[in-house]
Formats: sequence, C-alpha cells, structure tokens
Amino acid sequence: MSKMNREIPAGENDLLGQLENASKAFLSRRALLAGAGGAAAASMIGLEGSQTAQAAGGTVRWANWGLYLDFDNKTKKYPTLEAFIKKTGIKATYQEAIDDNDTFTAKVSPQLRIKKDIGYDVVTMTEWKAAQWVASGFVQKFDDAAVPNKKNVQASLLNRPFDKGRHYSLPWAGIIAGIAWSKKALPKGLKTLDDLFAPANKGRIEVLSEMRDTIGLIMLWQGVDISKPFTETQFQKAVDFLQKKIKDGYIRQVKGQSYAEDLISGDAIAVIGWSGDINQLNLQNGNRFGFAVPESGGTFSTDNLMIPSTSPNKAAAEALINYYYDPLVAAKVANYITYICPVAGAQEAMAKVNPKQVNNPLIFPTDAMWKNLKVFRELNPADTAKYAKSFQKAIGNG
Amino acid sequence: MAAVVRASGTATSELKKKSLVPYLLLAPGLLWLALFFVAPIITLVGTATKTPGAGIGEFIQTYRWANYWDALTGASAQFGRSFLYAFIATLLALAIAYPLAYGIAFKSGKYKNILLVLVVAPFFCSFILRTIAWKQILGQNGPVYRTLLDLHLISSTTHLTASVPAVIIGLAYNFLPFMTLPLYGSLERIDPRVLEASGDLYANAFTTFRKVTVPLSMPGVVAGTLLTFIPAAGDYVNAEILGNPSTKMIGNVINAQFLNTQDYPTAAALSFILMIAISIMVMIYVRKAGTEELV
Repeated sequence: MSKMNREIPAGENDLLGQLENASKAFLSRRALLAGAGGAAAASMIGLEGSQTAQAAGGTVRWANWGLYLDFDNKTKKYPTLEAFIKKTGIKATYQEAIDDNDTFTAKVSPQLRIKKDIGYDVVTMTEWKAAQWVASGFVQKFDDAAVPNKKNVQASLLNRPFDKGRHYSLPWAGIIAGIAWSKKALPKGLKTLDDLFAPANKGRIEVLSEMRDTIGLIMLWQGVDISKPFTETQFQKAVDFLQKKIKDGYIRQVKGQSYAEDLISGDAIAVIGWSGDINQLNLQNGNRFGFAVPESGGTFSTDNLMIPSTSPNKAAAEALINYYYDPLVAAKVANYITYICPVAGAQEAMAKVNPKQVNNPLIFPTDAMWKNLKVFRELNPADTAKYAKSFQKAIGNG
Repeated sequence: MAAVVRASGTATSELKKKSLVPYLLLAPGLLWLALFFVAPIITLVGTATKTPGAGIGEFIQTYRWANYWDALTGASAQFGRSFLYAFIATLLALAIAYPLAYGIAFKSGKYKNILLVLVVAPFFCSFILRTIAWKQILGQNGPVYRTLLDLHLISSTTHLTASVPAVIIGLAYNFLPFMTLPLYGSLERIDPRVLEASGDLYANAFTTFRKVTVPLSMPGVVAGTLLTFIPAAGDYVNAEILGNPSTKMIGNVINAQFLNTQDYPTAAALSFILMIAISIMVMIYVRKAGTEELV
C-alpha cells in the first residue's frame, strides 16, 4: 500500500526547476483558444444544467501548474474545459503559468497590492502559499450560491485551518511527498529515511527544495508530528541533519521538479520527491523507479483554486470552479492527472469514466494510507520567514 | 599653427555656444542612464535598509544600514566563492581563448570568418540549454564520465557534476566568446611588419611572441578578462545547474533571498555590495593594467 505509482506534477520547484523544465513546459504549454465563434453556438448546444452560470459571462483566465488538467493530444484541447465553454458560454483561457509558488507569487503580488489586474481570474496555489494569499487579502470570497458544488468537496478537506469553511479556496488536488529510487541501482527499494541516507547512496541523493516536504519528512522521521505545534529546536534539529548530510556529501543537490531528470540520467539514485513525478517517469521510462511513503510518514498537501482580489470577472471564475466540483467532471480530470481527487462522489463517477481507476488508492486513498500522511502545520508570517531563512541557509543560499 | 591660434582667438563666443552641443548629444544617453540605472540603484540602496512589516514580502523603511553588514557577513562564504570561481574561470578562459584567437587571427587563412562564426555560434542557443548540456556531458551516463571510468582514472563513487570543477568549467565555457572576441580584435590589428621587424632584429619566434605579440594584445586581454570576470562573478545559473549546495555563489543567494524567502532588503543589500565589490576590483585592475588602448 505504501508503494505508489501515480502522476502528480510537482507542487513546487525552484527557479532552476523552472528553467530546466522550460523545454518540457514548452511542449505542454498551450494557451487554449476558446471561441472560434464558439460562445454563442456553444451555449445553444449545452444548455442543460447551466443554471448557476447563467449570470456569468465574458472570459475567465486560469493559471495552473504544468500537466494539471486533462488534455487531448489529438485535438490539442482540454476536453473538460471545452465542455465548460460549451455548457456555459463563458470563454475560458488556460495557462500553465505556475512553476513555483514563491516565484509566481513574487511576480504577481506587487500588482495584487496595488489592486491591478494580474491577468488571471483563477489561480492554483499549494496550501501553505494559499494560506498566505488568504491572509494577505489577495483573494475574493466565494459567493456560496454561485458555487453549489462546494458540497461535493471531501469533508476532510473542507475545514483546513487557513480557510475554515472554505470561503476563499477549494482543493484542486492532493499531493504526497515521499521517497523514490532507481530500481536498477537499488533493487531492494527504500522503506525509511535510514535507507535513503545509507552510505551506499552517498553523493547520489537529492532532496526537494520545498522546505515543508524535505524538512517535514526528516522531522517525521525524527519523531516530530509536523501537523501539531512543534518547537524551533525540533525544526532546527531537522535543518541541522539536512545541513550535515549536505556537508558530508550525501546530498548532491537540493532542487525542485528537476530531480526527475537526474533520476533518468542516473546522476541521482535516491530522492525525496513527489509520487506523481515518479509515476509520470515510469510511464515514459519503462517503470524504472519506485516510490514509497516512508514508514515514519509522508507529507500531504493540496493545491487550491482561488479567485485573485483583482479579478474583474468573479462570476465567471466561480462558474468555472463550481463546474470542476461536479463528480463526473472531477473523475475525468483525476483519470488524467491521477492525483488524489478532492471530490466526493468522484469515485462512483469514475466507474463511468475509467473502471480501472475506481480502486486506485493513489486517486482515492484508503484509510490506512491517510494515517501515514501528515500536513505540515501552518506557520505565522514571522515563523515562515525565520524557518525559510534557516532552510535556505542550510541548502547554501546564505 | 598660427592659423589655429588666430581662429581660436576670434571664435571664443562661438565655441561657448558650441560647447552646449556635446551635452545635447549626451542628453538621451544621460536620460536613459538616469531612468534605468541611477533611479533603480537609488531604489536598491533604499530597499536594502528596510525591515520586515506585517505580512510576508512587506517591508517598511527604517533606514537600518546594518542590513548591509548583516547581508555581507551572512553570505561571506558565497561572496568569496563567487570571486574565486570567477577568477579561476577567467584564467581558464584566457588560457583557452588566447591560442584560439591567435590561431584565428594569424593561422586560419580563408577559414577566418567561418571560425569566427563558430566562436559566436553557441549564442544562437539558449544559455540555460548550453549549461544543461554540460550536465549531460559530465553526467553519470555521459561520455566524459564513462571514458574516465573505463580508464580507471576515477572510481564509480566520484561524480563530475554537482562539483566545484563542473561549476568553473561551466563558467569558463559560457563566457569564452567574451574572452575570445576582444583578444581576436587586438591580435588581428597587430601590424605584421612589426613582427617581421622583430625577426629582423634576431628575435626568435618565442621572443617575438613574448616581447611583441603579447604586449600588443594587452588591450584585448584586459577587455576579455573584464568581460568574463564581471558576469561570471554574478552568475548563478552554472552554480545552480552544475553545482551542489556547497558551491552556491552570491547570485544564488540573491535569487533565493528574492524569490524564495522574499527577503528583499537582504537581496538588495547583497546586489549592491556585489556591484561595489566588482567596481572596486575592476578599478584596481584597470589602474594596474592600463586602459589607454582599450576600445
């Protein structure tokens, strides 16, 4: 059960990852050209069940991560988004504009502060960063009447501390960080962080530049529950461990999604990574890699849809968000991205979409799996700055 | 001579009027500099003295000049590394580029233009991609590693990427054209008759090279080393792609402070210190080397 093969495009990555993935992203980057005389004709075809979107119109612009929405290679379109356009008559543009929570936010936050349109009506941010957006007032409150499908969100994901009752954000997908390895170099696989940092792997280990995942896994391994308040000493102990492993030459690099390329090239054989990346690699590279949530526990987080405070078309954004919490639509998306699906009823709907995925624990985790996953607790701004600095120092950035 | 004196005597008022012309001609450039250099620098200096405000990425101006000192001491290792790596990379680039430029200038015959195009050709491809290519070349499954391994020159536990040499090689490679072109420019301009004269005076080839060619190519050496050292010291791409956490340079710190921790004051302070440090080094260097013939 701890072995997982599913596709999660990375939650975060650093600037380098962004750069290195530029070529990859280029292949998959395509701005959806909605329209083509579509809007008017489309609304004629897809009138059924669009009562919530009747008031909405115009265009909705969505910024999301790479490979994070069902895509048809033949038509070069996003089927579920096309269906939305047809159904509602709202034009929708989709951009794989987000490579990293920090860099995307750093880029748009000056505009958000002076209340200038950032060019997107829906953005997708990982939970801890979404919390900062909500706290900074960068988002608009949902009109619950316009998002009736909110009732379909998994109960466990509805009351996150950063947005109790989910008035500003809704989970797009769940992400797991764990340990992964090259099966050729390590046929026995990895079960714990002791296995990961074994002397045999020295110089061939890479960990994520995402603090909450790398430090989170280490803290869990050191016996600290990261979902509950912990002390600075406990945090620092994990950072010190990381720093020592870097100094001693165990960890060759600390990076974002680009660790995947080093796994392929063989430069890295054991990593802290995202299960989805590994699944994607396996699909493309003949099942060469393994993934496990360490016995001491893995980290879980979500990416969240939000409406920026600067969006001029909140109604259209709400219509789009609402649409994706229809269980059948959610099942179609999950079937493609194979993430943890946040929508109740999607598992039943999956029977119609792809029966093989109905019991995929990586889309619909079992209770046993949930038990071994922890969410890194929310940090206040002062702690965020302090811990981020400490982490950056450990990985050589100051 | 007399004519000149006379002319200057009668046309003083005209000259005064004319003396405005150079300033008018300079105006667009000065305006440009004021707008896109001076103003940002002032903003940068100001940002560096701010202290954290309420939210993340929000800062208030408190004129805390100690930020500069904190930034410098906090990243002293990376500063030292940047200058060391840039220095070695510059020497390496010089060692590679000098024979290359010499060959193109004196020995290439009709292939001169093709060779020059080849020097510049890598620029047609993205800087990032070229650096990533080095990762492949030096990587665990790359040709260099495999060859060295087969020759038993390295053990299977060593790795060539994520190392100091890889970063320096990357820097030297990426800035090689900046070294080669000025060198070529200087060498190409050397009058062959001067070299002949050296031979006529019984200097052998080596002495001619040492006493005539090298001194005459000094402007190219100075320009090339400056054009290599300055960007190399501020570079962060090579350290990021080819290095490991212990090879981070100052550019990486600035990048992380700006984008990851959103500590704009520290990032601004580091940028400013880097600029000043490079300016001082360049000033000393140029004083020593002389710039009279630098074009």
